[in-house]
Amino acid sequence: MSAQAKRFSGANIAFGVLGWAVALLMFLPLIWLLVTAFKTEAEAFTVTPQLFFEPTLDSFKAALAQGAGYWHYAWNSVFTALASTVIGLMLTVPAAYAMAFYPSKRTDFTLVWMVSTKFIPAVGVLVPIFLVYKTIGLLDNVWGLIALYTAMNLPIMIWMVYSYFRDIPKDLVEAANIDGASMGQTMLKVILPLATPGLASTGLLALILAWNESFWSITMTNYQASTLPVYIASFKSAEGMFWAKMSAASVLSIAPIIVLGWFAQRQMVRGLTFGAVK
Amino acid sequence: MAVVALKNVGKQYPGAASLAVEDFNLTTHDGEFIVLVGPSGCGKTTTMRMIAGLEEHTQGTIEIGGRDVTGVVPKDRDIAMVFQSYALYPHMSVRDNMAFSLKLKKYAKADINKRVEDAAEVLGITPLLDRKPRALSGGQRQRVALGRAIVRQPQVFLMDEPLSNLDAKLRVDMRAEITKLHRKLGVTTFYVTHDQTEAMTMGQRIAVMKDGVVQQIDSPNNLYQQPANVFVGGFIGTPAMNFLDAAVANGTATGPDFSLALDAARREVAGTRERLHVGIRPEHLHLAGNEADAQSLKGEVEVVEPLGALTMIQVRVGDTKVTAQIEPHQQVEMGDTVALTCAADKLYLFDTESQDTLIGIDSGVADQPAA
Ligand SMILES: Nc1ncnc2c1ncn2[C@@H]1O[C@H](COP(=O)(O)OP(=O)(O)OP(=O)(O)O)[C@@H](O)[C@H]1O
Ligand SMILES: [Mg+2]
Repeated sequence: MSAQAKRFSGANIAFGVLGWAVALLMFLPLIWLLVTAFKTEAEAFTVTPQLFFEPTLDSFKAALAQGAGYWHYAWNSVFTALASTVIGLMLTVPAAYAMAFYPSKRTDFTLVWMVSTKFIPAVGVLVPIFLVYKTIGLLDNVWGLIALYTAMNLPIMIWMVYSYFRDIPKDLVEAANIDGASMGQTMLKVILPLATPGLASTGLLALILAWNESFWSITMTNYQASTLPVYIASFKSAEGMFWAKMSAASVLSIAPIIVLGWFAQRQMVRGLTFGAVK
Repeated sequence: MAVVALKNVGKQYPGAASLAVEDFNLTTHDGEFIVLVGPSGCGKTTTMRMIAGLEEHTQGTIEIGGRDVTGVVPKDRDIAMVFQSYALYPHMSVRDNMAFSLKLKKYAKADINKRVEDAAEVLGITPLLDRKPRALSGGQRQRVALGRAIVRQPQVFLMDEPLSNLDAKLRVDMRAEITKLHRKLGVTTFYVTHDQTEAMTMGQRIAVMKDGVVQQIDSPNNLYQQPANVFVGGFIGTPAMNFLDAAVANGTATGPDFSLALDAARREVAGTRERLHVGIRPEHLHLAGNEADAQSLKGEVEVVEPLGALTMIQVRVGDTKVTAQIEPHQQVEMGDTVALTCAADKLYLFDTESQDTLIGIDSGVADQPAA
């Protein structure tokens, strides 16, 4: 079969159509969000959705207005996401390094156990954590939030970095040992440079997960440490839903991460499949 | 340069039922080239890794340059290792790969450059210094791996099957090159291979291992002429030695389709034994024509392999396949019945029970005694 014929074979066309359909389905809410953000509240609220309307920036203006505090929330989001990612990576690298290059009998168990902690629903630990935070005064505190995000992302980060490290031949570590490198030097000069793509995509994932996190932000913060999800939620008030403003706020909240994701997506795909195809 | 001494060295991997290496005893000369050979899984790599310090030995002591290195980490043992996989740092240029260990030791820049360039010169990789390993061929990578070892000027080189990823021709070239390099640098070297031609051509002494146990440590010639037992006899030499299970009576070893008269020396070592293993190397068998003499093995030719300079034939003698090396001009067809003969002083005799050698062959040439 020629390449040409292969490209247009029935199966490929079917997969192509399916791919587009799924993609549309997934992006529809996002598109709807974007469209709604340019409507007036009245237009946004109609029962039969209006497809044709005069776009307005009113909602964005309102969302960015002084009193709404977008920049306050945005700064908290940036800071918590970045800090939890950096701290997470600093903890992840040595942990994954030890497990990948100096495995013990319990390494496999430890890995599974770590990831299994992600199966506990967050609400299940909300009350104890809330009480602890209350006692030690970390409620509505960015560092309290950062600690939570770091802990939340650590299992998946360690797992990911571990699988990158596992793909690096152990011979390299041994060669470095013989060449006279200490464990730290081996890690910094041999292993980390080789794992850079993996570390980058792990960091990116942690960043996105922390950025998107709303449960802890909404429950553990009030205003001081609140992140963008709290800001979005604030448009749902006792007087009712402000769909258009909420949409505008949402667009403003996800825009940075979408832009970042756009630039990083090649890296990301490569990173996530790194372990699968050698 | 240093003497390496292994004294009753053994290794028990955690959880393993038996020892991976058992009671290894060897003291090298300064600057000696030692080859470890043996079938897969016999403990060659384990032995090397114990010398390198990548694996702790669980029994005995290892001394490098008179110093007991038990508990000493690899970087403090003053050894360099060449890995089978090369293990070059993929993100560093050839130059940086070679300079890595020197940089860690904080040598002066000029000194590092000089050493790296000298080593590159010796190995003929000067034009490659600024390339990354992925842009090198297998043979070039091998050279870089050697270069990385020699810039260190260590006391001991350890090479674990360094040539096994190369094609046949390159292997022969590199083999000669490593030998040359060794002669030039005079560094005590341990070299692992399971290619016995490599072992024979490179080793000053060869340690033949089986199931973690050293069978014999000796010079190539001694291994060939005076193997310690059936295993070594069969392992050293290509094609492998033929073994025949024989009954002994009246100074003659006989079996189905063969009869071999023993000379005085062989009759003496045979003593009162009624059975023996007889070993004959293919290169010592000759076509006897059809007139049967006292030394003969008869059988049908099953395989004929012309190799150009010589021809290998396989003859079924009784139940045993016997390989013989004949001259290419001797026309033999598959299915022919032939008689083979072997000089009486080229017979190896082994005890049937212990498999130990009773008598080997004499070269007629004085061999340097192995220490
Ligand atoms: N890390 C380990 N844990 C447990 N057993 C091991 C380990 N490494 C090797 N062994 C066992 O020790 C024995 C010797 O292995 P070794 O790697 O030294 O063999 P080798 O002679 O180098 O073989 P090859 O020619 O295949 O490289 C084998 O039976 C092997 O299964
Ligand atoms: Mg091996």
